[in-house]
Amino acid sequence: MSDIASTPPRGKGNIARALELDTRLLGMIGALVVVCLIFNFLTDGRFLTPRNLFNLTIQTVSVAIMATGMVFVIVTRHIDLSVGSVLATCSAVMAMTQTRWLPEALGLDIGNPAIFWITVIVGIATGIVIGALHGWLIGYLTIPAFIVTLGGLLVWRNVAWYITSGQTIGPLDASYMKLGGINGTLGVQWSWIVGLIACATALLALFSARRNKLTHDHPVKPLWAEFSLGALICGGILGFIAILNAYEVPAARLRRIFEARGETLPEGYTEGYGLPISVLLLIAIAIAMTIIARRTRLGRYIFAFGGNPDAAELSGINTRLLTVKIFVMMGILCAISAMVASARLANHSNDIGTLDELRVIAAAVIGGTALSGGVGTIHGAILGALIMQSLQSGMAMVGVDAPFQNIVVGMVLVIAVLVDILYRKRMGDRT
Amino acid sequence: MTTPLVEMNDICLSFGGVRAVDHVSIDLNPGEVVGLLGHNGAGKSTLIKILSGAYRPDSGEIRINGEPVKIESPRDARRYNIETIYQTLALADNLDAASNLFLGREIVTPTGMLNDARMEAETRRIMARLNPNFKKLGVPVSALSGGQRQSVAIARAVYFNARILIMDEPTAALGVHETRMVADLIKELKAQGLGIFLISHDTREMLELCDRVSVMKNGRLIGTERVEDVTEDDILAMIIMGKKPERAA
Repeated sequence: MSDIASTPPRGKGNIARALELDTRLLGMIGALVVVCLIFNFLTDGRFLTPRNLFNLTIQTVSVAIMATGMVFVIVTRHIDLSVGSVLATCSAVMAMTQTRWLPEALGLDIGNPAIFWITVIVGIATGIVIGALHGWLIGYLTIPAFIVTLGGLLVWRNVAWYITSGQTIGPLDASYMKLGGINGTLGVQWSWIVGLIACATALLALFSARRNKLTHDHPVKPLWAEFSLGALICGGILGFIAILNAYEVPAARLRRIFEARGETLPEGYTEGYGLPISVLLLIAIAIAMTIIARRTRLGRYIFAFGGNPDAAELSGINTRLLTVKIFVMMGILCAISAMVASARLANHSNDIGTLDELRVIAAAVIGGTALSGGVGTIHGAILGALIMQSLQSGMAMVGVDAPFQNIVVGMVLVIAVLVDILYRKRMGDRT
Repeated sequence: MTTPLVEMNDICLSFGGVRAVDHVSIDLNPGEVVGLLGHNGAGKSTLIKILSGAYRPDSGEIRINGEPVKIESPRDARRYNIETIYQTLALADNLDAASNLFLGREIVTPTGMLNDARMEAETRRIMARLNPNFKKLGVPVSALSGGQRQSVAIARAVYFNARILIMDEPTAALGVHETRMVADLIKELKAQGLGIFLISHDTREMLELCDRVSVMKNGRLIGTERVEDVTEDDILAMIIMGKKPERAA
């Protein structure tokens, strides 16, 4: 029946079409590779080292987590300018909870295992409350998201300031700091195990998708394409794990760890960091958000509302509640990002998350989320975040002055939107 | 005399100072097509949007099968098996035909996930009946022609066993052949016992398809006539001058 989909169009891009990779995703991966190669050349090979790639990865996590939520916000034709400030408020609340309120009010000792969980719950609750408030103002009171979150940008930045009296709060709880990256990694062995599980899951997903299509007589791509795609995915996953494992814990640090246990460091002993817990968290969030986007009613309604708000309303979708849900998700993600960001810095500082709204929006937009609504992907936003972070740390490594770094990032955002507009025009997309 | 399927009694709705619908009463019987005629801005679309739950009336009463009902949202309307094909089609352009057809009423798996494969299969089935030329299932509806988009909107109304169908200018964007198909479909649905409200500017088409026509002007109902009792000129006089045919009554 669906002859359109089964006959591959002739001409260039045939292989990409057979693999059903979208050209836009390939373009972004290409851009990332080009950026990395240029910086690697400019830094005499210091950019593409396990150490730098490891750092790049953990620096990206906080922005990438929020970018996945920003996709939903922008897809529904809203915007959230307050994410950096909401992150700061969540971070401030969590820092105060674990260092002051719980030890002083409840008498929990520093290092008590309950502190971690209570802090996480309090932080996420804070994100939910702020998100629900934003969503209610936007959805039910119909104040434009731009205004609500522009106000929120100022309000939450200063709520954070007020809570902490502007002080830097630390040191944070030891278990909490494991969320930051370098202080919490899986180690070589567990990283390989996670990598292999990820490969198996990916292959299983490919297989069941194919079987599902076949049982419903839908067209499927040729077997060689399925196998190449599977090999590509597994190669990517295992290569990524290999890089993270290759970054070795410095000898001095290992010595300290052994001494803390009352042992001596054996001669020639090395240990790789492996997969950081924060990256695992990002991957879990990315998978969850992708499932929401593609496989649930909520996701379907988000995209339907973005494509045509009136149609969504007339289809009986409660669009006001939908707006609240979207901003609650954004709030939760801000809280999780706050954990990662403050844990990575090992304390809460007053300027945490400053200008993150720009980075998050840029990541989503560079990742192909259309500001006109209805279009956007989670993996695109994460790739966008990675491109932004690569640019920023690359420039820092090359020694570009801070003002120029920000000027370049700002210009990249504008150019990315221009490229997006031109791309859509060429593809004849109406959106 | 049987109970009418729908009765809208003494409906009023104002926007600001403008009376968009002013004490209008209409009714619809099973297996009947009632046409709504009038200039742009006469209040036809507003009146049917009250029935489909998009607007809430300031006053007046709606009865379905003689029972007074409250229709406060499109969801309520769907519960009474009222389906609407809007003039604007109300399609999410970025989604494919199946997603649009099932929007708000998705088929889910036991785990609560969308069952896209089944929805696509169902879409294929209903499309084979409504518009055999329709084959573009996997693409966003923005890539479809006007007639194909119309088919999706009609399929959405027909698939869910509507008993009351509202069609707002269903043939406005269509070619001759597709208009013919819609006319045949209306006759078929009518034979199945559905009640249909039809809005159109094409007076001749209305006289062919409808059993009765109601004419509105400036928010008021000028009159409701059986089509065999009036000529095209009578109707035009009602639309343009707001004048009821003299020999009637």
